[in-house]
Amino acid sequence: MADVKDAGLVEVQPEPAAVAAEVPPAIAAQTLGQYLRAWSVRIRSGDSGVLPVVLGLVIISVVFELISPRNAFFLPENLVNLFQQSAVFMVLAMAEIFVLLLGEIDLSLGYVGACGAVVTVQLVQGVTTNWPWWGAIIVGLLFCAVFGALQGTIISRLHVPSFVVTLAGFLIANGLMLILLLLGPFSGYITLVSSQPNANVLRNLMFGNIDPTISWIVLAIVVALLGGWFLYRDLNRRRSGLVVPPFSLVVIRILLMAGVGVAVVAICDVDRSHSLLIHVVGVPAVIPIVLGVLVVWTVLLQRTRFGRYVYAVGGNAEAARRAGVSLPRIRTLCFMLCSMTGGIGMILYASYLGGMSNNVNGGQLVLFAVAAAVIGGTSLFGGRGKAMHGVLGGLVIGGIYNGMGLIGLQVQAEFIVTGFVLIAAVSIDALSRRAASAGSAARV
Amino acid sequence: MSDASLAAATPAAAPVQPLLEVRDVDKHFGPVQALYKVNLRLTPGHVTALCGDNGAGKSVLTKCIAGIHQPDGGAIVWQGNTVHIRSPRDASRLGIETVYQDLALADNLDIVQNMFLGRERLRMGGLLDEDSMERAAAETLAGLRVTTVRSIRQPVASLSGGQRQSVAVAKAVMWNSKLVIMDEPTAALGVVQTRMVLDLVRRLRDRGLAVMVISHNLNDVFEVADDIAILYLGRMVAQDSASKFDRQSVVQYMTTGGQLRVTDGGPASKTAN
Repeated sequence: MADVKDAGLVEVQPEPAAVAAEVPPAIAAQTLGQYLRAWSVRIRSGDSGVLPVVLGLVIISVVFELISPRNAFFLPENLVNLFQQSAVFMVLAMAEIFVLLLGEIDLSLGYVGACGAVVTVQLVQGVTTNWPWWGAIIVGLLFCAVFGALQGTIISRLHVPSFVVTLAGFLIANGLMLILLLLGPFSGYITLVSSQPNANVLRNLMFGNIDPTISWIVLAIVVALLGGWFLYRDLNRRRSGLVVPPFSLVVIRILLMAGVGVAVVAICDVDRSHSLLIHVVGVPAVIPIVLGVLVVWTVLLQRTRFGRYVYAVGGNAEAARRAGVSLPRIRTLCFMLCSMTGGIGMILYASYLGGMSNNVNGGQLVLFAVAAAVIGGTSLFGGRGKAMHGVLGGLVIGGIYNGMGLIGLQVQAEFIVTGFVLIAAVSIDALSRRAASAGSAARV
Repeated sequence: MSDASLAAATPAAAPVQPLLEVRDVDKHFGPVQALYKVNLRLTPGHVTALCGDNGAGKSVLTKCIAGIHQPDGGAIVWQGNTVHIRSPRDASRLGIETVYQDLALADNLDIVQNMFLGRERLRMGGLLDEDSMERAAAETLAGLRVTTVRSIRQPVASLSGGQRQSVAVAKAVMWNSKLVIMDEPTAALGVVQTRMVLDLVRRLRDRGLAVMVISHNLNDVFEVADDIAILYLGRMVAQDSASKFDRQSVVQYMTTGGQLRVTDGGPASKTAN
């Protein structure tokens, strides 16, 4: 290891800032010091990665902690509540990222997902169909996938702008949701709060708690497996002489992952009941669900051929086409996955609300989903974004929502603040793009 | 000419047969005739420059070879067999790779990802085999002596024009290609970058590949080409060894079509040179 570092120190020449700015610091640097320097150059040139959103999160949390009555923001019960509130935004944002990566948008996401959730919630009702919860979820998600695939087909085969097609989809799905809600003897309000076991499973997607012992064991296993795999991969690549980030950075990343995991589990294991008789402890089931979506979609986007093509289509569709990538296929699949993930998000939302009714505002949710994705660092112009951005951006939106509630401000203030945060996020995106294109233009 | 007679005399003499032959190819788009009975021969280990003014049919001919257009008449003969190249996929299966003027690189992907775009290697389980792709990309770049990039994991957006061209060429030759077609490879490049790209073209030739370079820049043409083929308004007006031309005659062929159009000046100027 020492050899590698020394060699790096000798070889790497000081580079003009403009060039260094665009090379990801992780591959340009051999030591942590170089990494930090390259990173700071990059941030100054506008391409800041996840730094603004993490900073934003810290600022939002501290401000709300200071101004909320009884400094309630950092109380464990509020943080757990925050995770639950943010979960829906996170999953919807991860859904939207699939189409944002192509440079497209899906406005129908909220209501299409809501239709899927209504289907699921309807199917588990004991007095009517009484389906098992898993069957209901599969059919609900299938509904969303088909709806998304249809929209994607129209967009990619007929070359209609996604904005218009999904706007139409938004209206159609809104109407469909109202129709689906009125089916059966529920007069438009279908509840999950009942003694019926399948409905309970759905309700517990959000509020079911995992036993502390089990959560610690699972956390230890996950961290050990992921950390071990990162280390193994890094050492392997180092041995083959492939491009690797500084070793200390790999270690820091693993420690950071473990630290966040321990913090989350520790927070969740504080008793958040206000009664002495009942104990409410444990990691809410929604956290592993969101993490599962994050991991699966990250692997799909970063490690598979499909994911590579999504980025290629978003970066240069013509190049992808000439490389033999079927653009209609990739686009249709992205819209399908977007709607399906939206279905997951809205089933979680149904679980959070304890049922579905016509109060669900799919239009507002989809705007929050786009906002969360962009705040997290995904570009509206395609080609840049990760599933992780949806989680971070969702946490920001959830944080604002949560904090506004704590200080007793109503929904109007929440809209305004979220709007300003979104403007800040897209401005950062536009600035970084301008800095990047100015850099390339200077070198042609 | 000598090739043809030799081949006729000894049919088994495979080494001298052209890699690709375009025979009497016609192409029209509606009423517009873009190519009239065009003939072209590309030989392994030779750089052929395809010249012509704007609208002469260079791109159409290239696209016919690359599988983007299908000729309306005539034939394309690949290693002695008539072939129908119906798509870019067909072309690459034969060993024909085209580097377009816009290079067709995705700026947001890194060098390795661009070089393997569309032909990613997979590990068991369907995940991308990044390590093997990175190693192969590094080998190809080293083989072409493209050494100026900092890291092959940097996004293509961060490369200079010449480096991008090199990556596009490396991407093309990575697949055991036998014919590389380059469309205006030195347009918009500076002096140093142009030299880098022309060196790369020579290296491809030295490896025994057939290279076809489409260029407006006669400096580059005379510096690197072994053969020159000139299109004028959809007709192939001249194809011969580069030593048979000079700058003036090439310009004359490009602008007037040589003997085809100019009844007196054309042939006279050709015999003079």
